[in-house]
Amino acid sequence: MEQHVHQKEDQVKRILAPLTREAIASLRAGDIVLLSGVIYTGRDAAHKRLVEALDRGETLPFELKDQVIYYVGPTPEKPGQIFGSAGPTTSYRMDAYAPRLLDLGLKGMIGKGYRSDEVTESIKKNGAVYFGAIGGLGAIIGKSVREAVIIAYEDLGAEAIRRLVVEDLPLTVLTDSQGNDLYKIGQAQYLEWRESHDAE
Amino acid sequence: MREINVGEVTKAVRQLAMDANYYLPEDVKGRLVESQKKEKWILASDTLGRIINNADLAAQEQLPMCQDTGMAVVFVELGQDVHLVGGTLEDAINEGVRQGYADGFLRKSVVEDPLNRINTKDNTPAVINLSLVPGDRLKIQVAPKGFGSENMSQMKMLKPSDGLAGVKEFILKVCREAGPNACPPIVVGVGLGGTFDKAAALAKKALMRPLDQPNAKPFYQDLEAELLDEINRLGIGPQGYGGQTTAIAVAIEYYPTHIAGLPVAVNINCHATRHKEIIL
Repeated sequence: MEQHVHQKEDQVKRILAPLTREAIASLRAGDIVLLSGVIYTGRDAAHKRLVEALDRGETLPFELKDQVIYYVGPTPEKPGQIFGSAGPTTSYRMDAYAPRLLDLGLKGMIGKGYRSDEVTESIKKNGAVYFGAIGGLGAIIGKSVREAVIIAYEDLGAEAIRRLVVEDLPLTVLTDSQGNDLYKIGQAQYLEWRESHDAE
Repeated sequence: MREINVGEVTKAVRQLAMDANYYLPEDVKGRLVESQKKEKWILASDTLGRIINNADLAAQEQLPMCQDTGMAVVFVELGQDVHLVGGTLEDAINEGVRQGYADGFLRKSVVEDPLNRINTKDNTPAVINLSLVPGDRLKIQVAPKGFGSENMSQMKMLKPSDGLAGVKEFILKVCREAGPNACPPIVVGVGLGGTFDKAAALAKKALMRPLDQPNAKPFYQDLEAELLDEINRLGIGPQGYGGQTTAIAVAIEYYPTHIAGLPVAVNINCHATRHKEIIL
């Protein structure tokens, strides 16, 4: 196994969104990343609408090329706050839609949890990346949002599509562009490591 | 007969909904801190550290610790010597949820119909569990339930011959399948016995128990400890990145059942295991 996820926190990679081919190529499953730049929010209902729009031959409310979608439904912001609490939602519910968006140029997804084999294959095929945000890290992640504007489907409330400007959003690479999966590697390496330590 | 105006119920539920979302209970926080000290796997210990920092930040600034502020699950123990006046209990609870979720800037995640999916925009209705108890007090617990973990819960009607081994196997299977989706470290609520519906209600009730309070019966106490150890040997770890802290507690509730049956329900809660209570 090439990479080892037994990583120290000072080995953090800083990257910008929209993503470049070079940045994606440099990322490996298990890397800890701080992401800055422009990203879009979208979860269940928004994905359904995006794909329905494509089925009708309409253009999407934003250009997908090189963009990152964050699977999140934030809490309403308190007065004086830029953004509410904003941890990730579970990604598998977007699996039915993700390959189609990746084929259209989407390069990054942020969420949590397992993806289907179809999504992993599509990530490899399209040279994309799946980032994990820590589930429930709502308060901390909300603080890394500098700007937030609703750009589509306002009637969906928490599920509306928002354009965000983020600074140092804390993420972990879950599936890299080669299809390496942190959930498999991390758990296997941990079990191997534990076995060697139990034996000592 | 003691009279309680349902307006007090509304007021209490409003406050409990906010407090539950801002302040992680001390027992849960304590287990996370304890687990972080024991974690030797760096990605796991780092992840636990971030989860603890998030809970501290949420409490300090009164922010929801998680964006999924849940469907409001409300447990009510109503003393049979209490006379409620001024309206119905159900309306009073839902009004409290409505006010708490609006005034507390909490996310409204409830849709009025599972298939047509129109948001009710005020997070009502709550899921209310009512039990009548002796006395003249009214106890209310509000437990916002996020669906990352709720979606990973399962129940099964086992055969009596499946026995203890079958029960353990099923619980471990549910935890393994939940993996990172349920936001580990998780709290595992298990309901055993009763009927199909009773087992599920018991599993939910088990999640209400303080983590440092094991089942009173030694047999189930031992089973809770054994299952916690076995779940943590799966290696899933915090957020599924690998590590020993997959669960921070297992709580089992049981009830008599039929000679032909062995219902088992597993209700999973995420690390943001939230609940707050008040006694009126």
